Amino acid sequence: MQVPRWVFIPAAVGAAFIVLPLVAMASRVDWNSFFSLISSDSSRTALLLSLRTSAVSTVLCVLLGVPMALVLARTTFRGQSLLRSLVLLPLVLPPVVGGIALLYTFGRKGLLGETVDVLGLQIAFSTTAVVIAQTFVALPFMVVSLEGALRTAGERYEVVAATLGARPTTVLRRVTLPVVLPGLAAGAVLSFSRALGEFGATITFAGSLEGVTRTLPLEIYLQREVDPDAAVALSLVLVVVAVLVIGLVRGTRSSAL
Amino acid sequence: MSLYLEATIADRDVDVRFDVADGETLAILGPNGAGKSSVLAAIAGILRPDTGRGTLGDEVLFGDGVWKAPHLRGTALLSQDALLFPHLDVTDNVAFGPRSGGQSRSESRAAARRWLTEVDAWELADLKPSQLSGGQAQRIGVARALAAEPRLLLLDEPMAALDITVVPAMRQMLKRVLADRTAIIVTHDALDAALLADRVIVMDRGRIVEAGATKDVLARPRSQFGAHIAGLNLLSGVVEDGGVRTPDGSHVEGLSADPIADARAAVAVFSPSSVSVYLEPPSGSPRNVFAATVTALEPIGAQVRVRTAEVSADVTVAAVADLKLMPGTRVYLSVKASEVAIYA
Repeated sequence: MQVPRWVFIPAAVGAAFIVLPLVAMASRVDWNSFFSLISSDSSRTALLLSLRTSAVSTVLCVLLGVPMALVLARTTFRGQSLLRSLVLLPLVLPPVVGGIALLYTFGRKGLLGETVDVLGLQIAFSTTAVVIAQTFVALPFMVVSLEGALRTAGERYEVVAATLGARPTTVLRRVTLPVVLPGLAAGAVLSFSRALGEFGATITFAGSLEGVTRTLPLEIYLQREVDPDAAVALSLVLVVVAVLVIGLVRGTRSSAL
Repeated sequence: MSLYLEATIADRDVDVRFDVADGETLAILGPNGAGKSSVLAAIAGILRPDTGRGTLGDEVLFGDGVWKAPHLRGTALLSQDALLFPHLDVTDNVAFGPRSGGQSRSESRAAARRWLTEVDAWELADLKPSQLSGGQAQRIGVARALAAEPRLLLLDEPMAALDITVVPAMRQMLKRVLADRTAIIVTHDALDAALLADRVIVMDRGRIVEAGATKDVLARPRSQFGAHIAGLNLLSGVVEDGGVRTPDGSHVEGLSADPIADARAAVAVFSPSSVSVYLEPPSGSPRNVFAATVTALEPIGAQVRVRTAEVSADVTVAAVADLKLMPGTRVYLSVKASEVAIYA
C-alpha cells in the first residue's frame, strides 16, 4: 500500500510523544552520582524484590496461563466468550481497583481470608501479596498472547500426532508447546514486564514495606518526594529493563518461523 | 487387519458402507467434494459420524456406544501436506510414532532410520523439515506414518500437492510399501488406483456409486466419474530394452521414473486422449503403433472413445466421421513414447 504522505506528520508527532519524555528524563539524570544513587541499600533491596517477585509471578502466569489458553483455544463450551472477557478484565481494570478486589478476596476479612487464616497464612501486606497482585494484572497478557499463537498454529499438527498414537499429554508436550514456543516466550516476557511495572494493585493490596512489599515502582514513587535525583536514576533502570524486554520479544518473534 | 465401516455424516451429506480385507489396499476415487476425505477422517477418529459403526479387526472404533480416541486406533493418516513437525528433525519426526508407542529414544531413532531407508530417504535423516522439497517431505511423511506401525494406513491424496516430476518415483515407492499392507488411498487419479489398489470404490456426492476389483471398475466403469477417469490404457508384460514386451508380441516404448531391469514384470500406462487413430500404418516418427479392430464407439462428453480389444483412443466426432469409423473397422493406433509411463 502507498501510504499517503500526510500520514507521516501525525505518526511523527506520536513517536515524539513517546520518545520525548524518555529523553527529558534521561537528560535529568545526574550521571556523576548515578551508580551511587541506584546502588543505595533501599534501591538495591527494591530492585531485587521487584526482580524476585516478577520472576515468581511470571512462573505462575505460565503455570496458570498455559492451561487457560489451551481451554480457550482448543475447546468449546457454553459461556466461553463470556469467560474470555472476564479473564481479560485485568487488562482494562484500573490496577487500584484490582488491588481492592484482591483485598476483599485474600484480606483478613475477605472472601477467602478465613480459609487462608486457618492455614496460618497472612497474605495481605506480605511479599506473597505482591506476587498475587502482579500475577493478577499480568496473567491476561500470557493468556492473550498464547491463545493467539495456538489459534494461528492450528490443530493440524496435533491431529497428525494423535493418529501416530500419541496420547493427549504427549501431544501437548511434544507438539503443541514446541510449536507455540515463540508465543509462549513472548507471553512470558510481556507478563514479566507487566509484573515489573505493577504499582496500583501492589500498593493497595500489599502496601509499601521496605524489603517486604516495596518494589521498584513504589520505591521510585517514594523517592520522588525526598530525593528526585534518585527517583530519576531508578526510573532509568526500569526503562533499560523495559527496552531489554522489548528486544527479547522481538528476538523471539523474528525466530518464530 | 480388516476394516468394516458404515457411517453417515449429516453435515457433509455422506452415507457410506464398505470394508477392506486384511492386507488389501482400497482406493477411494471421486471428484472434489465427494466426501472422500470425510470418510478417512471418520476412520481416523478426527470426525464423529452421526450414525454407523466401524470396526478394525475385533475392535470397535465407533458405534454401539463406543468412541475410541484417535491415538488408540492405530490408523496413521497422511494427507496432501506432509505436516512434518517443524521443530523436530527428519529422524525425530519419523521416530515420533515409535516413541509415542513407548519405545526408548535410541530404539525409536533406530526404527526411524530403518523406515527412512525403506522410503529411500536415509540421507535426509539430519535435516529439518524446512530444508526439504515437497516430494522429500512427503516421503518422510510416509516413513513417519509407517514407523507408527499402523494397523490401517490412511493416505489422503498423498501425491496431489507434489510436483509432477516427482510423482512417478513416489508412486513407485508407495507401490512397494503398500504391498501386503492394509491401506486406504484417496485419490482422483485413476493411475494411482490402477497401480496401488486391489479394489476401488468410486464416491460421488457422499455416496458410493461404484465398487469392485480395480481392473473391473477401470475397464468397465458404470458411473460418470468412473468413465471420466478410467479407460486408461494399461498394457502389462515384461521389460525389454527399457520398454514393455506384451504377451501378444508388441513392444511399447515409454518413460520410467527409475531404470528397470530387463525381464521384470511391468505395465505401460497411457491416456486414451494421447492416442491417435489412423486407417493406414503411420510412417516415419518413432511411435508405438498397434494394429487393431474397433469393437465399440462410446460418446464421452464432446468426444468419442474408440475401443479396441486392448487400447482405447479418444477422438473428436469429426474424426470419427472423416475416418468412417464403426465397429469392425481395421485401424492403427499410435501413441508417442513420451506419453507412455512405464511402472515396474
